[in-house]
Amino acid sequence: METLSLLGDGFAVALTFQNLFLALIGCFLGTIMGALPGLGPSNGVAILIPLAFTLGLPATPALILLTSVYYGAMYGGRISSILLNIPGDEPALMTTLDGYPMARQGKAGEALALSGIASFVGAFFATWGLVYLAPQLVKVALLFGPAEYFALFALAFATLGGLSSKNQAKAAFAAALGLGISTIGVDGQTGVPRFTFGEVHLYDGIDFLVAIVGLFALSEVFVFLESHRGSADADASKMKIGRLTPPASMLRETTPAMARSTVIGFIAGVLPGAGASLGSFLAYSIEKRISDKKGTFGKGDPRGVAAPEAGNNAAAGGALVPMLALGVPGSGTTAVLLAMLLALNITPGPLLFQQNPDVVWGLIAALFIGNGMLLLMNIPMVSLFVRVLLIPPKYLMPIVAMVSFVGIYGISGSTFDLLVMIVFGVLGWTLRKLDVPLVPIVLGVLLGDQMEKNLRRAMTISDGDWTVLFGSPLAITLWAVAILGFVAPILFGHLFRVRRRDPEHVGD
Amino acid sequence: MNDRIFGAIAVALAAFYAWRATAIQESFIQDPVGPKIFPFMIAALLGVSGLVFVLRPDPAPQWPHLSRLFEIAVTVAVMVAYALLLPEAGFVISTAFAAAFLSWRLDAPPLKAAIAGIAISVGIYIVFHLILGLSLARGPWGF
Repeated sequence: METLSLLGDGFAVALTFQNLFLALIGCFLGTIMGALPGLGPSNGVAILIPLAFTLGLPATPALILLTSVYYGAMYGGRISSILLNIPGDEPALMTTLDGYPMARQGKAGEALALSGIASFVGAFFATWGLVYLAPQLVKVALLFGPAEYFALFALAFATLGGLSSKNQAKAAFAAALGLGISTIGVDGQTGVPRFTFGEVHLYDGIDFLVAIVGLFALSEVFVFLESHRGSADADASKMKIGRLTPPASMLRETTPAMARSTVIGFIAGVLPGAGASLGSFLAYSIEKRISDKKGTFGKGDPRGVAAPEAGNNAAAGGALVPMLALGVPGSGTTAVLLAMLLALNITPGPLLFQQNPDVVWGLIAALFIGNGMLLLMNIPMVSLFVRVLLIPPKYLMPIVAMVSFVGIYGISGSTFDLLVMIVFGVLGWTLRKLDVPLVPIVLGVLLGDQMEKNLRRAMTISDGDWTVLFGSPLAITLWAVAILGFVAPILFGHLFRVRRRDPEHVGD
Repeated sequence: MNDRIFGAIAVALAAFYAWRATAIQESFIQDPVGPKIFPFMIAALLGVSGLVFVLRPDPAPQWPHLSRLFEIAVTVAVMVAYALLLPEAGFVISTAFAAAFLSWRLDAPPLKAAIAGIAISVGIYIVFHLILGLSLARGPWGF
């Protein structure tokens, strides 16, 4: 009951004119970013963060804007998957398998409407899951001391790397690179400069927003430049939408698929390191195994459209649970959202729930509202977004690049930061070519400071006794899960990886 | 082969990082761990993962043709020039040039690219500066 009354207070926060307006804008922009190939949730949110920050939005409205973009992108990705057979973002990859065949049979409208409803169902129940699970996780988090937090961060890196890369060594390299970048600047505990090479600009360290925008947004520009994919993939004449109401029989037939996929997606989202892509992948594969009795999957089976869409939206909600309750993001986009919180000087975790319940519950209420808005936007108004798909990358990518520059310049007004961002853009492009995942880098830059602080705090408490890191059952459990999470993909990874990856993804 | 070179770079980076970490001054404020140990742990992880690349390389990626690489290098140079010129020439003019260049390199015909550059620049100026009130770089002409 207490949870519901907190949620009620949250609705009081979210239902102001400003917050509703921001949710609406966020949902709209998010759907566009999700729909456009080349802009996904993580780089979309990344270029908006500096803007939300420089506009001086307070924490709750800023978070409402960005999480609406995040939820919106999960809806938007399906549009180009269904109409063009090109996933608008990575989690929508599985939707192409049955969505595009449906569109070719002249049922594009039905596929869009059905996937919109599936997205709504997935996100709706996942948000309820967030409401009930996050406070429980907070209770566990209250038992954490510095040693447990250190183990938890290690766990986040181990599992994130394990699931987001083909090669564990590359994930480990990426994490180490990110952590190394985070140590640049004046050491918070003793006040000595580290790795600054006498450069005054580096004393404050490298701003993680600069790194994120460079790695996620600018590197995408280079990817397009490399392949000269300047022309639109879309062909207007091919896109006939047709009726936008799925028949009741189709809804009845897909209900069990949606229910199963929502549960699977939510669990995949809560696990650190998995995220929406894994959610939709698991949802589709399991649904195929359960209900594909006549071999219709892959040929335009509605259940094959509903399952991945419910799965990825549920995972998007699930990924917010560890981000809010523990401060450890479950995916690339939630890592970017964490960057937003840190930039606003808010540390997620138990303290956030105790000291700023208005932020947490206002955000959750806004997710419910945003989800309703998204359903309305994505079914009756879907043709509006279809037009946006016709913007060719040759005009879109310069906009992405310029908005990235504007955002970073807006924060500091510093040319040095722009140059650092360009360096990160080139670095991000090179590492993507070499199949090094970018998400562990971002996580390292974000969490490095906290990780070191907790390590040193634990050591100070124990007076230099390293065994304290394994000194409690909780810590040992966390280490065990971390090792398991790192080793398991080496042994069983091939089961997950089939058809899941294109080589140059950014992460979700 | 690519991964072996990359691994060698990673090992070199780890060594450089560890070497710079030894140069961190100790402070009179002291905790049992100090400012060096965490960097050493990172250097070890960097080095070990680099060695793995050398010993077990992935198949080499498809690198773009040399002319494309040159093009990317030129684009980076244009972006650097943009960053440096921004405070000198003001937002609208430098952005128009940079956006037009990018659009042109992404296969827009020159005239269309020029129009796109101006439209993007003026559009961002209107939305972010005039409507949202963000401070953009001011040049000698105030925009």
